[in-house]
This record gives sequence, structure tokens and C-alpha cells, in this order.
Amino acid sequence: MKDDFMDINDKSNPGMETVLLNLGPQHPSTHGVFRLRTLLDGEEVIDVEPIFGYLHRGSSKLAEERSYTQVITLTDRLDYLAGMSNNLAYINALEKLCGVEPPIRASYLRVIMVELMRIASHLMGIGFLINDLGAWVTPLMHMFREREKILDLFEMVCGARVTFSYMRLGGVSHDIPDQFKGELNTFLNDLTTKIQEYENLIIGNEIIISRMKGVAKLSGERAINSSVTGPNLRASGVDWDLRKSDPYEIYAQLEFDVPKGENGDNWDRMIVRIEEMKQSIYILRQCIESIPTGETRVETDFFVRPPVGEAYGMVEAPKGELGFYLVSDGTIAPYRCGIRSPSFINLTVLRELCVGWKLADIIVNFGTLDINVGEVDR
Amino acid sequence: MTIELDTQIISDHINEFFDDDVFDIPEGNVVYIKPGSLREVCSFLKDDPFMDMQMLRYVDAVDFIDRFELRYALLSLNKNHSMTFKVRLWGREDLSAESVVNIWAGANLQEREIYDLMGISFAGHPNMKRVFLWEGFPGHPLRKDFP
Repeated sequence: MKDDFMDINDKSNPGMETVLLNLGPQHPSTHGVFRLRTLLDGEEVIDVEPIFGYLHRGSSKLAEERSYTQVITLTDRLDYLAGMSNNLAYINALEKLCGVEPPIRASYLRVIMVELMRIASHLMGIGFLINDLGAWVTPLMHMFREREKILDLFEMVCGARVTFSYMRLGGVSHDIPDQFKGELNTFLNDLTTKIQEYENLIIGNEIIISRMKGVAKLSGERAINSSVTGPNLRASGVDWDLRKSDPYEIYAQLEFDVPKGENGDNWDRMIVRIEEMKQSIYILRQCIESIPTGETRVETDFFVRPPVGEAYGMVEAPKGELGFYLVSDGTIAPYRCGIRSPSFINLTVLRELCVGWKLADIIVNFGTLDINVGEVDR
Repeated sequence: MTIELDTQIISDHINEFFDDDVFDIPEGNVVYIKPGSLREVCSFLKDDPFMDMQMLRYVDAVDFIDRFELRYALLSLNKNHSMTFKVRLWGREDLSAESVVNIWAGANLQEREIYDLMGISFAGHPNMKRVFLWEGFPGHPLRKDFP
């Protein structure tokens, strides 16, 4: 097989004809509008080529026409399951560029929101994965139920449920209302038992085990070489989490573990996400206990004019390392707003994961990568 | 904390193994590498035990009208340090740089994205096609002269 493109006229194996099959763009398990060109020999996958761009909105180009504050609204729409994380990555880059430090209470609020967002995003990742495995909709609706409560919490804080634009330069847009802490506590207690329930349903299930254990292994070395980040990297046994290795906001003061897998197979990629949710609960509990009172935002100009220069800010988003590369020419709009989107770069390994497995495995292997097409296409 | 390697350390270390002519004229606090020696320098940075750059973190390009600048951000997970260097490409037509896919597989989609949106092609890339837009799309949208 040639390196990265398909040769359907391969006559090297007479009598065994290959079939070119098109999966998508409209396919329920492709998490959006995503197309896979697959070359099959019987049921076995010989080659896979992802084709995307159907949701390309030109976010980087649009950012060049907007003021720094207005760009925040564009970031919400990248990974629409994790708007808060996107906001924070952009604001991190902008604060590096401007040299602004947020107040300590704002840092706590940011971490609370981002960790809630991580739980919501992982719930969706696992829910859709199990949906793809054939457990039709019911488990997914269980996950949606918990996510709904998180969205209610966000609505309580900033009035929005999906496109938050909550983070601002030098702080956050709103302080939390009085009843928020109580509601969050109730939710966390509830979620702890719910995660236990999901584990009982998932981990003991023989179908899930046989479809996922030992399937589509990815070695740590290959994952690093292919720039894979996030839970997918940690599932391959690599201890790398930006919250630990390059702490931002208040993560340096918080206690938590970084869950790792051993084999880098589908099973590990799912288990790492479940364990991360538990760690997020642990982080959230610490934040509620120790959040100080005070200001939530420092005063900045509405039209920010950062000094000429550039900055790269990144966070550990639910899907991996999300980074923004901002170049300023001293005006109110960024000269260049580059986005390092984890979903897009994680797709590099998709071909490696699928080749040699069966057609039905493609859907599962693709599901465990947990990409979001809004972020892939930008 | 991830340590961002100092410009001086990077250029000194590269200097030990290469001649001065791999460097382009420096500007600000950034190491510039000549486009012709991009691949050998990258290969060195990955294999050298001190630098040990295991991961290509991010590649991006910026259009400065008279030139394009490629920015390579590299990361070492073992040593928890990172570095960046840049490559200048003068002119606007038929721009080409060396591909680093053979060194870091993670460059595959990132280089295709730069080709699609910025119009810089990478020599030696196994699949140099547009990644978001369709074949035949007029122009490259992230260029400053694109409407």
C-alpha cells in the first residue's frame, strides 16, 4: 500500500478484489459531518482516509476582522461541547500577550467551570461511544441527563448553555450567585453515585469488553511522534497533562492524579476518561472549599490594544492540548490567530488505528479518539 | 513548569554540530533557521540527547506581506522543556519548505492545513492536498491579500 493515498487498481493480489467504501459525511456515528474513505478487502480494512472540512467556518480569518474581545465568541463555537475550555485557552494567550493577571477568585471560578466542562465533554464522549457500540440511545440519554445538570449550572452563572463567552481578559464575566455552591455540591454527590452506576453498566459488560480490549493499540512512542495529546496520549501510558507539567491558573495548588492507561487500546482510552471525571470531581470539591472572596475581574479597556508581539497560550482541554497563537500588530484586532486544535491533530493516528481491523471496528476506534468536528474543521 | 529554552542555549547547541550558515539573520529573541537546512536541523533536534524534542507541538504560518514566517514549536516530554524556531520564506508565489513528516508524523495534517490556507507547499510530504477546502478553490484564505 502506498504511503498516504489509495490505489484502487492494486493488482498485486489477483482474485482478491478490494472495495472502496465511503462512510459519511452523513453517518450517525461520525460525530458530525465527517467522511471516511475506506478501502476494504472483505471485511478487513486496508486503508482509511479521513476527509473533512464540511464545517469549515474560517474562524482564524474571521478573528482577524474582529476586536480581541469579540474573538471570544468565535472560540465558543470551535469545540461546541467544551466552550469554557476554548474560552480559557484563548484568554490565556491574550493575557500572556497583554501581561494581565486575573484576580485569584477569577482563577478559581475559571477552574471550576473548566472542570465542569471536562466532565460534560467526557460524558458525551463515552455516551456516543457506547451508542456506536450498539447500546442504542438509552445509555446516551443517561449521560445527557448529567450533562443537562451541568448546563443548568452554567445557565445559573452566565445565562448561556452552550456558547458561554464567560472568560474575559483579566477575569470572568459574572460572579457566581449565592445558591451556586449548594447546587454544585448536590450535583457532585449525585454524579459520584451516577459514575459508579455507569461503571457497573460498562465495565462488566461482555460485549463492550470483547469489542474494546486489545483493539487498536497505540504505543506511547507513536502517540508522541504523532503529536497526540490529551486522554488519548495518557491512555498509551504517557504521563503528560498540562495541568501537572505546565500548570496554569491555580492547578499548581490543587491535588489530583493523572490517570494513565497501559496498553493504549480502545478500552484504556475509555477508562482514562471515566477516571478523569472522578479526578475532576475531586478538583471541584477542593475549589468549592477554598475559593476566596474578592474581585472577579480587573479593569481593562474594552478595545484592548496589546503591544506588538506574539504569544502562545494553551490549556489541557477535554480533547487534548488546545492552544491559541496570537500575533499582534498593535491594533484592536489580532494580526493572526492560529489555533492548535487537539481533535484535528489527534486524527493523524486514525489511519494507524484502523488499518488491519474490521470495518465494524472503525466506528469504535474513531469513537474512542473522541474528536469534535467543530474543532477539527474550525 | 515547562521550561522554554533560551535562544542563546538553542543557537549555541545547534552551533556545536552545524556551521553558522544554518541560521538566518536573527530578529528579536527568536532563532531563525534557513529554509534549506530545515530538515537536517529538525532531525538533529529530535535525535540529540540534550534537546530530545520528541513532539512537534504546533506548526503555524504568518503572512507578513513581503515574507511568510513558519513557526515550529517543539516539546520534550522527558525533560519537560520546549523551544520554538522560525523559518522565513521570501516572496508570495510558489512558496515551498521542506516537510518534516518523516521526522514527526504529527506534521502530516498540520502541514496540509498550512498548504490549504496559506499556500505554502511542503516538499517531501506524502499527501500534499487541501485539507479543509475542495480542490480547485481559488486562492488561499488566510493570506492577507485574500478578500
